Amino acid sequence: MRIGLRDNKGFWSGLVFIGVGAATITVAVDYRLGSALRMGPGYFPSLLGGVLILLGILVLAKALKNPEPVEGRWSLRALVLLPLSLVLFGLLMERAGFVPALVVLVVGSSAAGEEFNVLEALLLAGVLTFGAVAVFIWGIGLPFPLVAGW
Amino acid sequence: MELFDNLILGFSVALSLENLLYCALGVSVGTLIGVLPGIGPLATIAMLLPLTFSLGPVSAMIMLAGIYYGAQYGGSTTAILVNLPGETSSVVTTLDGYQMARQGRAGPALSIAAIGSFVAGTFGTLLIAVAGPPLAFVALKFAAPEYFALMLMGLVAAAVLAQGDLVKSLAMVAMGLLLGLAGTDVNSGVRRFTFEFNELAEGIGFIVLAVGIFAIGEIVANLGDPEERTVFTDRVRNLMPTKADLRQSAMPIARGTLIGSFFGVLPGTGPAVASFSSYILEKKLAKDPSRFGKGAIEGVAGPESANNADAQCKFIPMLTLGLPASAVMALMLGALTIQGIQPGPQVMTTRPDLFWGLIASMWIGNALLVLLNLPMIGIWVKLLRVPYRLLFPAIMAFSAIGVYSVSNSSFDIYLTAIFGVVGFVWIKLGCSPAPMLLGFVLGPLMEEHLRRALLMSRGDPSVFFTRPISLFFILVTIGILVAMVVPALRAKRATIVDAG
Repeated sequence: MRIGLRDNKGFWSGLVFIGVGAATITVAVDYRLGSALRMGPGYFPSLLGGVLILLGILVLAKALKNPEPVEGRWSLRALVLLPLSLVLFGLLMERAGFVPALVVLVVGSSAAGEEFNVLEALLLAGVLTFGAVAVFIWGIGLPFPLVAGW
Repeated sequence: MELFDNLILGFSVALSLENLLYCALGVSVGTLIGVLPGIGPLATIAMLLPLTFSLGPVSAMIMLAGIYYGAQYGGSTTAILVNLPGETSSVVTTLDGYQMARQGRAGPALSIAAIGSFVAGTFGTLLIAVAGPPLAFVALKFAAPEYFALMLMGLVAAAVLAQGDLVKSLAMVAMGLLLGLAGTDVNSGVRRFTFEFNELAEGIGFIVLAVGIFAIGEIVANLGDPEERTVFTDRVRNLMPTKADLRQSAMPIARGTLIGSFFGVLPGTGPAVASFSSYILEKKLAKDPSRFGKGAIEGVAGPESANNADAQCKFIPMLTLGLPASAVMALMLGALTIQGIQPGPQVMTTRPDLFWGLIASMWIGNALLVLLNLPMIGIWVKLLRVPYRLLFPAIMAFSAIGVYSVSNSSFDIYLTAIFGVVGFVWIKLGCSPAPMLLGFVLGPLMEEHLRRALLMSRGDPSVFFTRPISLFFILVTIGILVAMVVPALRAKRATIVDAG
């Protein structure tokens, strides 16, 4: 089977490493480089950036010779919904309080699964939120308002 | 005898009602979460770490160690009952353990795993108690070049023994080192890689990184490729192994313990190496090797002992040198730092209660595992039936609360979300994230030691080769790399010769 560049995982890994290495050096030149005797704040990062580029080239070269495909599916739904639920949790913690933030997080993450069932997710959110409030707020005493303004 | 005085001190600390309670709590919670599919010890510890912040350092470490053992044993339980290794070290256990379960012998398999782990744990604890002080004494003589060379060796070893491609793992180490540098440079006060975010001035929280990559990233990957599982839970009666089982397991347990202890002290070797070696050895020594893979009890006893001895001995470099030998130890190290303790050889003298208390609690934790887990096996088995669609939102909730509670910061939550995506991409690209976490923890330390070493030598890098201990570490590092490259070369040459 021929593996195209698009599916070649080593190719992409190599590109990521080279990219991060190059970006690091670009940023690090703004910090003082110093010398080996007196390493400035830019010295070690630049060194690492260089190492990363070298390793990235090695990975890339190897991948072009012996391509290996990316396996499995990309689960786009989970990839979008899970981080999104976390972000909502962060926003709501600051504005609405612990209970709404947690309910939204649990329901939102549940929706990332393929067997999503609204009723079940709400029930789960209820149980988990009650448990979390009991353990973390009443038990350990974390200082979060249950609902903001109350 | 000083050793006994020390151990008595340790037990007096660990056996206080409070610490005993935390140890028991840690072991139970660790098993509880370790049994749940898709959460390895790393994610478990990262998620539960915030629970320990309110405790003192001694209790916190004792509880964390308990969680670690519990999670590890939980992984063995799923390996035996569901054929699903919670982590790489239990992969071997699935080979014969699951077969035993299919033959209705899940009970003996589980209890032999627990007994083997206990024996190994006892030996490991003693080894730490005996070897710890002299090692710490040697380590006190280490200066910057030695530390730098030692860290280099540890990181290279970690990359070599990680799953997957060596070059990728090395690159992941470098990536981790870089991530560790983000934040304010202690030497110059310059803010590096903070991109104008004030929240990054203190650097990236290691809980943020660990939870993002090992909990969130894993969940995304699991949702894409759901695993099929059949649980053999109907007949876990009869926990007691027969006399014949015990006789067959005795030597494998002893050998597994020794193998595990040996690999345990080597930095970077994961428990998988120890358990695989033990399995191979047992199979070689067996009178009838064909029984392996069909439910041979030796194939459970040896590897399970080996991986527990390894887990235990991983504490040696952490406690004596302040260097993590595995990603889990990197988390432990982070926990110590959060508690305000600078890990290193001085801990033994400045905080003997912590050092010896932790060691004693390891043994107690292992004993509790046998006492608590075996009778409660029915509960763990029920947990195995919780469907994943209910589990993963709960993991999300715990992760979010855990991360948020570290510094009450929503910024950390956003960062966790980003690392979740990054972690998933790495899984897809076949880049093992464990070496990255090691690099992350060691990043600032390595930079500092490199700076000091070069200052000592007036900028001359030969300082690493002229000091004997440092030279030794460098040579081992090179040796490891060459050993990895040469067989590859040989194989390549062989294929070329064959083709020609």
